[in-house]
Amino acid sequence: MSKMPNYVSTTNACKLCKPLGASLAFRGIEGAVPFLHGSQGCATYMRRYIISHFNEPIDIASSSLGEKHAVYGGSANLKMGLKNVTAKYKPQLIGVATTCLTETIGDDVKMILAEYKDEFHTGIDDPLIISVSTPSYSGTHMEGFNAALKGVVEQLANGGEQNETINILPGFISAADLRYLKELLQDFGIAATVLPDYSETLDGEALNEYPLIPKGGTPLSSIRNMGRAKLTIECGRTFSGETAGSQLLKLFTVPLTRVGLPIGIRETDRFMDVVSEAAGIEIPEKYRSARGRLVDAMVDGHKYIFGKRAVVYGEEDLVVGLTAFLAEIGIKPVLCASGGKSGNMKESIANVLEGLGCEMPEVHENVDFYDIEERASDLDLDLLVGHSKGYSFARRQNIPLIRVGFPIHDRIGGQRLLHIGYHGAQQLFDTITNTIIAKKQDDSDVGYSYM
Amino acid sequence: MEPLHVLKEREPQIHRKGEAPFSIECNKDSLAGAVSQRACVFCGSRVVLYPIADALHLVHGPIGCAVYTWDIRGALSSGPELHRLSFSTDLQEIDVIFGGEKKLYKALIELIDRHQPKAAFVYSTCIVGLIGDDMEAVCKQVEKEKSIPVLPVMSEGFKGNKRAGYEAACSAMTRLVGTGDISGISKHSINILGDFNLAGEIWLIREYFNRIGVEVVANITGDGRIEDIKRSHGAALNVVQCSGATMDLATMMKKRFGIPNIRVSYFGVEDMAEALYEVARFFKDDEMLEKARELVRMELSTLLPELQKYKTALAGKKAAIYVGGAFKAFSLVKAFRLIGMKVVMVGSQTGTREDYEELEEITDEGTIIIDDANPLELSAIIREKDVDIFVGGVKERPIAYKLGVAFCDHNHERKEMLAGFHGMLNFAREVYGSVMSPVWQFVPRRVSEEKE
Ligand code: SF4
Ligand code: SF4
Repeated sequence: MSKMPNYVSTTNACKLCKPLGASLAFRGIEGAVPFLHGSQGCATYMRRYIISHFNEPIDIASSSLGEKHAVYGGSANLKMGLKNVTAKYKPQLIGVATTCLTETIGDDVKMILAEYKDEFHTGIDDPLIISVSTPSYSGTHMEGFNAALKGVVEQLANGGEQNETINILPGFISAADLRYLKELLQDFGIAATVLPDYSETLDGEALNEYPLIPKGGTPLSSIRNMGRAKLTIECGRTFSGETAGSQLLKLFTVPLTRVGLPIGIRETDRFMDVVSEAAGIEIPEKYRSARGRLVDAMVDGHKYIFGKRAVVYGEEDLVVGLTAFLAEIGIKPVLCASGGKSGNMKESIANVLEGLGCEMPEVHENVDFYDIEERASDLDLDLLVGHSKGYSFARRQNIPLIRVGFPIHDRIGGQRLLHIGYHGAQQLFDTITNTIIAKKQDDSDVGYSYM
Repeated sequence: MEPLHVLKEREPQIHRKGEAPFSIECNKDSLAGAVSQRACVFCGSRVVLYPIADALHLVHGPIGCAVYTWDIRGALSSGPELHRLSFSTDLQEIDVIFGGEKKLYKALIELIDRHQPKAAFVYSTCIVGLIGDDMEAVCKQVEKEKSIPVLPVMSEGFKGNKRAGYEAACSAMTRLVGTGDISGISKHSINILGDFNLAGEIWLIREYFNRIGVEVVANITGDGRIEDIKRSHGAALNVVQCSGATMDLATMMKKRFGIPNIRVSYFGVEDMAEALYEVARFFKDDEMLEKARELVRMELSTLLPELQKYKTALAGKKAAIYVGGAFKAFSLVKAFRLIGMKVVMVGSQTGTREDYEELEEITDEGTIIIDDANPLELSAIIREKDVDIFVGGVKERPIAYKLGVAFCDHNHERKEMLAGFHGMLNFAREVYGSVMSPVWQFVPRRVSEEKE
């Protein structure tokens, strides 16, 4: 396998910064306001970035540090900011994430928050305040997302007598995925806490009144009970270090089962088996027939896509899941890339490809789009699979881009893309196959009107 | 209707025309915890310099600051497109501890070798301001080795707001001005400052100026080129649009090279015409003035009849404006008037006291004037004033849409040409296309109105 050249500079990064992930996770908690401790710019930039995907308002508060705070510390502004957010939003929870600035000046956020609680908490309707350390110079938005979830369970969950619920930590999936997941759990008749859940908070209805905080999100009462669940299912194969799931195990001995993101047939099968076992019932007919239809469709379409060569990029776990699915339908993933660097992506990909007869693709962590493009230049590609930031690459190569994941900045409805489960696989399959058929049709001189 | 819900500290930054003598506070730091629509110093610098298409723009800092500004503006280039790439030193923990100078140096050399730019801008971000990298020294060294200008932009985010970023950008450009050859420049020559060639606008403006016999030396910065900026001191006049962004550069050029400047706007019929007349008047050239009049007559003779249709449909509809710089707001107020609409709110992120005074003068009784607004306030105003269309940037769009209000993007990211005479028509179409859409009949605020 060829080695990536080791460039010093980064061009068109294939990752985002840590507090953005934390903000998204906090946004998936009922009554929560994400709050960045840092200067104003970071929060505004992240809001803009998130808005362009979800087309939804998202308020991310900031302690708006100025020059003197950078020198003398941001404590006073953090406190004032919390006070103002409390007064205006009346949140149930404020999720404080640090930024590069406050990590570097060395603000002791835990201590400041303790002081704040002493000084300002009245005992009535005080919001909970969760803090998480998210300097972007160590880690990507995925680490920020996971760190926020870990912080939430560490700081909120309680132990106690075991109950019949399960915890689901689904990873960074779309709003449609979350809705689908919740419906699926309902169909299994199993009480579950899905954390986070921004299916409504970041994909809400048209409204008459601007919501200070949109409705929806994982209820705080459920989060408190996560330590008493009988099982945690955590989706993701590339975690490194402690996670919300591992902490629930460590602190409250909640058994932990890890599966990959349920993308494609085999990863979904694994997920369904775990849920089915936890629920103590068979997989409902609805899902068995969806699987059957998916297989039927895969047969109908297999010829059009066999042997096509794809590059897959994005968050590591998403890449792992998509790579597995592509291999299942006969597309050759030739290059799998991520800006993340868990160190686990290659092994995870090898695991999900096992038994599929698919050659191991090149796998690269810690790369940007310049690297990806350079590596891919002699790979004879047919397809890109990833978020919308790969568009310029796809355009230069004159190959189609299958838009998945986050962000989708050049189409509407990114939040409504369904990736997971048999239904998600069905949608992906149709999109991918039709895209390849359309490309052939458009490029042909004849323009056949049958496939 | 519920009263506008504001934090007490924010009250001085909101004014209702007619209710009290004019008073507004502005240019304050954003209030901690209020979700401000403002960005940072770096953002200000980045938007000003971004359109310079043959320069390398390297963001020295952790990844976020660079990645959030990748290809974000609709600033077009007629040639190189280096500005559309996002370059970063992607500082890591080890750099934060031991300093990022070496990494910056290597990254610069690597990127300059790779892209052969005409110059490099190096933006400092918050963290660089803290770890104390000597950017100036690194830039100097690379400049010497690579023989191109390597310009530090001191844009640490926390050092103020966007306005401070404009200054930082201008002072970086200042180093270029005066270093090029100015022979052969006509005496009827100008620089265009403060147009960023969104959707190709500067090409239209340049064409207007060419038609009245004016040579454009440098575009600063829309479709900008380093060589042009270097020789921009050879122009006889600086024509400055967008109050904040490039005024500092114009002021400097006046001081150093004695080049006078005028402030214009290319937005809306009156302001566009006035811009041409003013330039002609400056050159005291009757023929040029006559050409300008002829141009305006010609353009209007096709534009006005076409506008009529929109005017009829839009008459009496209510607009709210919230934009980055106040100068743009003036033109928007007039443009809305031209198509028969009423402006019920106008605000900006970075307006000055004088800007707001001027706004107060040109708006109607009851119009709300607001500085550095946040989503809550904006949404309360939309409801209170029963706004039909909101004009703003990407961050305001979801607020408008969520509440079922039409929207017109008038910011750096737009893809529609709105300047010039032709732009006025596009603007009317944009507004019309949003306000007249049948979708509003289904949104809750209209549905509940019907029921009442
Ligand atoms: S400073 Fe850090 S947190 Fe802020 S935008 Fe840049 S990378 Fe993200
Ligand atoms: S770190 Fe500073 S420069 Fe970068 S986005 Fe945040 S406020 Fe702006």
